[in-house]
Amino acid sequence: MNILVCLSNVPDTTTRIKLAADNSKVDLSGIQWVINPWDELALTRALEIKETTGTLVGKVSVAMVGKTEVEPTLRKALAIGADDAFRVDLDPADAFQVAAELAGLIKANPYEIILCGIESSDYNGSMVGGMLSELLGYTSISSVSSLSLQDGKVALTREIDGGKETISVSAPLVAIVQKGIAIDPRIPSMRGIMASRTKPLSVLASCGSPSLTSFGNFSLPVPKSACRMVDAENVPELVRLLHSEAKVI
Amino acid sequence: MSVLVFIEHREGKFHKGAFELVSYASRIANDMGTSLVALSLGDVPSDELSKAGAYGAGKVLNVNDSRLSQLDNAAWTKVIEQAVQQESATVIVMASGFTGKAIAPRLSARLRAGMVAYATAVPSSYNPFTVRKKTFSGKAFSDVVINTPVRIITLAPNAFGVHEAPVTAEVKQFTPSVTDADFTTKVESSEKFSGKVLLTEADIVVSAGRGMKGPENWGPIEELASVLGAATACSRPVADEGWRPHTEHVGQTGKVIAPNVYFAFGISGAIQHVAGISSSKVIIAVNKDPEAPIFSVADYGIVGDVQKVLPQLIQSIKEVKAQ
Ligand SMILES: Cc1cc2nc3c(=O)[nH]c(=O)nc-3n(C[C@H](O)[C@H](O)[C@H](O)COP(=O)(O)OP(=O)(O)OC[C@H]3O[C@@H](n4cnc5c(N)ncnc54)[C@H](O)[C@@H]3O)c2cc1C
Repeated sequence: MNILVCLSNVPDTTTRIKLAADNSKVDLSGIQWVINPWDELALTRALEIKETTGTLVGKVSVAMVGKTEVEPTLRKALAIGADDAFRVDLDPADAFQVAAELAGLIKANPYEIILCGIESSDYNGSMVGGMLSELLGYTSISSVSSLSLQDGKVALTREIDGGKETISVSAPLVAIVQKGIAIDPRIPSMRGIMASRTKPLSVLASCGSPSLTSFGNFSLPVPKSACRMVDAENVPELVRLLHSEAKVI
Repeated sequence: MSVLVFIEHREGKFHKGAFELVSYASRIANDMGTSLVALSLGDVPSDELSKAGAYGAGKVLNVNDSRLSQLDNAAWTKVIEQAVQQESATVIVMASGFTGKAIAPRLSARLRAGMVAYATAVPSSYNPFTVRKKTFSGKAFSDVVINTPVRIITLAPNAFGVHEAPVTAEVKQFTPSVTDADFTTKVESSEKFSGKVLLTEADIVVSAGRGMKGPENWGPIEELASVLGAATACSRPVADEGWRPHTEHVGQTGKVIAPNVYFAFGISGAIQHVAGISSSKVIIAVNKDPEAPIFSVADYGIVGDVQKVLPQLIQSIKEVKAQ
């Protein structure tokens, strides 16, 4: 079986967000782009599974919807260890369009296990994986914190409100993964970086899917007023403030 | 036309999160001049179901089918779709928690209904249908326009509050058509974090970081949480080190929370941590480093050693509570 990991290209998590002058978009100048942290963990887990299950997994591929600027991020995924990469040549307008383009790709190039991150750290939608599973008619399991192959089935752990569950499902499936799926993301090795230059990266034309939403204005959170400091020798004063000023305890 | 709100229960009871969701959906229904229908799956007594009326739901649909007792994304999606059709709903509201993340996007693709996740307010405009949401993990907000006739919103936790708007709720059984073939998810076993306050729903959260030095020092954190009826949380390295369970990790890659009060003990306040807690109404930080970035987002702060401050704080809060 083959595994496809869907990637998103996001600003590094330390980025301070600035807005364009008319607030219509985020100012993307000077941003360092990285693989979305959950997708990076998903890729790491996919590679671990491939390496520890003999010949069961044929290949691990990665896919991203984006214009040429996202290619360095796809090359990084190849350097980490993915066998090949797909880029759907479209600057997507929303999560539905991403999911629909990925569904088109997968219908033409079937995969048994598809991994998506639980959200992308830019638009925080938590949408692509679920939408993709519905468009493909596949089983989906969300908030997955462990995944392994067992006796022809896929064994997973998922978090639910107030607990967690151990689940078994048959492929094909879309697993939408969160933290815990792998401990630390893999870092590309020197050899990996060399090899990534010659690994296949196919560019596919968009299948012309629609979007359902569009962005209006952006805004930044209102800055907080200065922190009120209380002396460490006077802890009861803090409690008094919380009780009579903030009225929270 | 109607607004449909999907609410979840735990062991047959609704909690604050469900009532907040009904309150939010009721405001939207009001703004749109339409009625509000609540939908709940599972074994919930009818007097519990009718409680949704206190927050504005004129009708409550309940599906009692044991096959639906465990989350099966495709099957649940199908059930909600049928309720949407029966009620001619044009807005569907869900929580942004685990179930919402699992179901709402499937429903969105199935109905071709545009979706906004992590909404922080009611729509600012109904034509075009515009909803504000958090982006960049709380570092910015964006107004998203939904361009489809049916819309789905998932609400960020504690973003709207619980507001009473009493009506008499008509409780009705709803029998969707689902077949065994619709169920593909086999739950082998489950583990409940029972008895404790759910982190995402908690009013008060007591959180601690690497400044605690080791898991053996968590006693006062748990004591403070129990005195306050609070949930406990932690920074990422604390969960990664295995000092605390992963379910307590808050921040950009963990849970995003918005309690009334957030206590941060021995947490530096890295940008990825703050992303998950910045919507808290009151933030209190205790850190020995006066330059720690946490103080720039905190409302109240003490520069000091957590080990010394915590016992005094617990003592003093107990005294205030006793009054
Ligand atoms: C991609 C990515 C995602 C991340 N996601 C998250 C996330 O979701 N959540 C998260 O929390 N982090 C996240 N991080 C990690 C983040 O960058 C910080 O490393 C982390 O938040 C630091 O945790 P901390 O504050 O507990 O520890 P430290 O940064 O080590 O801070 C400990 C603090 O305790 C104070 N201290 C020490 N001893 C005492 C004492 N006796 N009394 C009082 N104060 C004391 C110190 O002054 C210091 O400020 C992420 C990082 C990356 C790269």
